[in-house]
Amino acid sequence: MLVKLLSGDSPRSPLLALILLAILIALAFAPFLFPGIRSVDTAARICIFIVLVASYDLLLGYTGIVSFAHTMFFGMGAYGVALASVHMGRGFDALAVGTLAGAALAAVFAFLIALFSLRVRAIFFAMITLAVASAVAVLVSQLSQITGGEDGLTFLIPRELTPAFRFGDELFGVRLNGKLLNYYLVFLASLALFLLLLRIVNSPFGRVLQAIRENDFRAESIGYRVVAYRTTATCISAAVAAFAGALYAVWIRYVGPDAVLSFDIMLDILLMVVIGGMGTMYGAVIGAVLLLIAQNYLQELMGLGAGAFEGVPILPELLSADRWLLWLGILFVLSVYFFPTGIVGRLRQGR
Amino acid sequence: MAHAEQREAPPAGDEVAHRPTMTRAGLTDRLAPWMPFLLVPVLAVLGWLAIPSTSSWLTLTVSGLAMGMMIFIMASGLTLVFGLMDVINFGHGAFVSVGAFVGVSMLLVLANMTEAPSLMLNLLAMLAAVIAAMVATGALGWAFERVIVKPVYGAHLKQILVTMGGLIVIEQLIVVLWGPEEIYILRPEALQGAVTFAGAALEKYRLVAVGIGLALFIAMRLVLRRTKIGLIVRAGVENGPMVEAMGYRLRRVFIGVFIAGSALAGLGGVMWGLYQELITAHMGQEIMILIFIVVIIGGLGSVEGCFIGALLVGLMQNYVAFLEPKAALVSNIALMVAILMWRPQGMIPVVKAK
Repeated sequence: MLVKLLSGDSPRSPLLALILLAILIALAFAPFLFPGIRSVDTAARICIFIVLVASYDLLLGYTGIVSFAHTMFFGMGAYGVALASVHMGRGFDALAVGTLAGAALAAVFAFLIALFSLRVRAIFFAMITLAVASAVAVLVSQLSQITGGEDGLTFLIPRELTPAFRFGDELFGVRLNGKLLNYYLVFLASLALFLLLLRIVNSPFGRVLQAIRENDFRAESIGYRVVAYRTTATCISAAVAAFAGALYAVWIRYVGPDAVLSFDIMLDILLMVVIGGMGTMYGAVIGAVLLLIAQNYLQELMGLGAGAFEGVPILPELLSADRWLLWLGILFVLSVYFFPTGIVGRLRQGR
Repeated sequence: MAHAEQREAPPAGDEVAHRPTMTRAGLTDRLAPWMPFLLVPVLAVLGWLAIPSTSSWLTLTVSGLAMGMMIFIMASGLTLVFGLMDVINFGHGAFVSVGAFVGVSMLLVLANMTEAPSLMLNLLAMLAAVIAAMVATGALGWAFERVIVKPVYGAHLKQILVTMGGLIVIEQLIVVLWGPEEIYILRPEALQGAVTFAGAALEKYRLVAVGIGLALFIAMRLVLRRTKIGLIVRAGVENGPMVEAMGYRLRRVFIGVFIAGSALAGLGGVMWGLYQELITAHMGQEIMILIFIVVIIGGLGSVEGCFIGALLVGLMQNYVAFLEPKAALVSNIALMVAILMWRPQGMIPVVKAK
């Protein structure tokens, strides 16, 4: 049963299994284990990013294509929900319509981009996605009548998902309100999407993708239509990213270019995939958990470090919390060189 | 056409019998190789038809050409590096930023020279800034090649990831060294203002930029077509292993090209910074978008294609920004899509011997 649920892709390392189990339990009971607005918020973000990173891994790790438009797809889902909620009024139907419309738009965009670039050479894809993603981000912040411009959109989600909705008193000291329901909506949807991705990569389709990653010429010679497979993978990945974006929008009840379309999110995704381990879905879990926790709590530590070196010439500058990205970049380059299989790869090796 | 002349030559003795008849290629076939070159005037004419007043069209055309020349300067290194070693450098934009910051700092140091109303002093200050920027980015390019690019030869996926990481690190280092604020810079005194020609105001600086770009393109073409090193580079682009088999160390040539390309990106950065009169650490990342579009539509590895692509992008950007400001970047994407539909490998595809 469990093996079937994981699509036969077991962690294959006792330590990895233990870590994944711990993460699953922690996320499943996060509101009870770590009460507090901030920690529950972190847990929800982790859920969403696991899906987002896993969908990116389908592209980067399994198919061997680099895309820089993943935040664009993420943003399409988020803006879909926001625009539907603004124009259709609050309600679950608006959420559903927005999510599906966002995912469909993302898939269509992915299809068109893939058609134009993958047909010729896979390397075009990275450049074209970068260009299209930045054009879309600029457009979104310019078309302020539709998208709210730089300010973004704040919208109402169904009352059942807001803290104002109560359906009981307290359970283990946690208020039973709509926020809790919202968290579990995010958690369960993320879990389902993750298992779906796991299913996809372990299907015959996923095997072909891996073959293409290893040697596209040979895969073509054996008789698989490489372009069709790559395009399909791109579309699936885009649609799942849009679903993650929709969940994110429901959770933070706001969309804006900085929150859902910025290039920083793209870098985070890249880093999570690489550190967790390219080419394994579990890498996405580990990478997202590590990075987000580090981002939320380590930045403060860096601030402390900067304070400690007050007076030394450049050190405080280098350690200030704003230079977070610098260290991420260095970490990123180093892990691509010395750690290409990521944490999951290492754990499986050391078995 | 050679065979056409042959036909007119008087028959000599018994060789009359052998006279192969070749039909002249049709007009479209003969025009095909020149089509990309014709696109630039075509776009300019289209712009003239779309823009109501001729004087604003002239202003826009000059600024479009200036922008295109600057993009060409920045993009040429990237396309050659790809052609030569199959290395795609996503960190190229970092050189643009670094060049701009070094050059502008130099100009700020030499403020008394740039503010003086003498053309000579101004040009000297500019020259100093450009040299400083090119030396800095050239050295940085060398280090970048050594540290970041060398370990990942032959692996496109890793190249993209690693050079992207390098871009982030360099950008952040710029912020550490120069601070997070954007820097405003005035152009040297003699390059401010505009000249009026046929009722259109043409900024002096843009004319200078067009001049520098054109000179660089011609120089680059001469080096590539007329010198030994240019021959090796072109041969390397077409068939690297063969050039190596003939005893040339292609790796050294490649490092040279990488350094030269980085230095050109630095030069482009200074020019771009003075064009915008504003520099930020992530300017390189923004220009990278245009550079990529140019390199793709030109055909990866082709300098001529890169030049035409840059002019097209520059003109398109300026015309559309005048007609419908919000569509400027999107129009360039549309241009890229249109050209890829026409020629999927780019306008002037580089034929690789494989």
